[in-house]
Amino acid sequence: MRLTVNGQKLELACQTAFQVRKQLGHPSDIVIVNGFQIEEDCPVTDSDHLTIIPKGSMPERKALEHMIMARHTPNIHKKLKKGKVAIAGLGGLGSNIAVMLARTGVGHLLLVDFDLVEPSNLNRQSYYISHLGLPKTVALKKQLEEINPFINLKTQQVRVKEDNVKELFSGYDIICEAFDRPEAKALLVNAALEQLPGIKIIAASGMAGYDSANLIKTVKPMKNLYICGDLENEAIAGRGLMAPRVQICAGHQANMVLRLLLEIEEV
Amino acid sequence: MKVNGSIIALVDKQSLLDFLEGNKYDIMKIAVERNGEIVPREAYRNVMLKDEDTLEIVSFVGGG
Repeated sequence: MRLTVNGQKLELACQTAFQVRKQLGHPSDIVIVNGFQIEEDCPVTDSDHLTIIPKGSMPERKALEHMIMARHTPNIHKKLKKGKVAIAGLGGLGSNIAVMLARTGVGHLLLVDFDLVEPSNLNRQSYYISHLGLPKTVALKKQLEEINPFINLKTQQVRVKEDNVKELFSGYDIICEAFDRPEAKALLVNAALEQLPGIKIIAASGMAGYDSANLIKTVKPMKNLYICGDLENEAIAGRGLMAPRVQICAGHQANMVLRLLLEIEEV
Repeated sequence: MKVNGSIIALVDKQSLLDFLEGNKYDIMKIAVERNGEIVPREAYRNVMLKDEDTLEIVSFVGGG
């Protein structure tokens, strides 16, 4: 039988997943078959993907990437690994989007933000006390390298303006607009739609407060523009930005990225 | 004219800028697509609206 085990194509006589584990690993190892972690033995067939993960030890680098991606459906990872996604703004939305896309194995990420991590970021953004004072680009890159060292990361510590949009984002499939101020959101969306034909933009609008999580949605008002959020609840005095709704909105954006990279354009 | 999916009557001859300002849109917080094409901000003043136009106007609110 021809199986892919921990990323390597092997010819094995085994008929079931646990027989493969018996031959190559230990009884306590986790077994994942085609993206699904099994508890009971199951038959395997030609071209199945198996991952056998020993607990409590550091795998070799070669096997590590396959193990990190083991819970993905085979062939999905290949497409995501080719994806080129820019994240503009590394605050509550952008930092969380980046973490999700890194976990999912999107192969090329550009992280753009001019600012430094400060204490009021910690209520919703993916940073720690140890990051205070660092550029967000640096602090986020450190985290992503700890989550998935097999992706290509680029950073730009600059403020996005009308005249650098083309230079910054040319060559990317998708831009995630993850700014805070509405003027900055509109500036990027306008400039990207005008200057970068064909690029997809996934923006965010309306995620402050603790209104129902179910109001946050993804819409596609224009050919190349998606917007995530409740479209109404702006951050104002008395209605702050809180981790759950901001992360739900970031989740919508990250999921739309995956859908587009898998060639699904509907929201 | 169709605006964000609704049919509205176009009164008088007006530019896109007149329409946006008349309907209290904040020019610095929006993006406008006219008949499937993004309209650059500096062109709002010169685009004259027609009955057969379809506009999609998105307004951004703060937070992120």
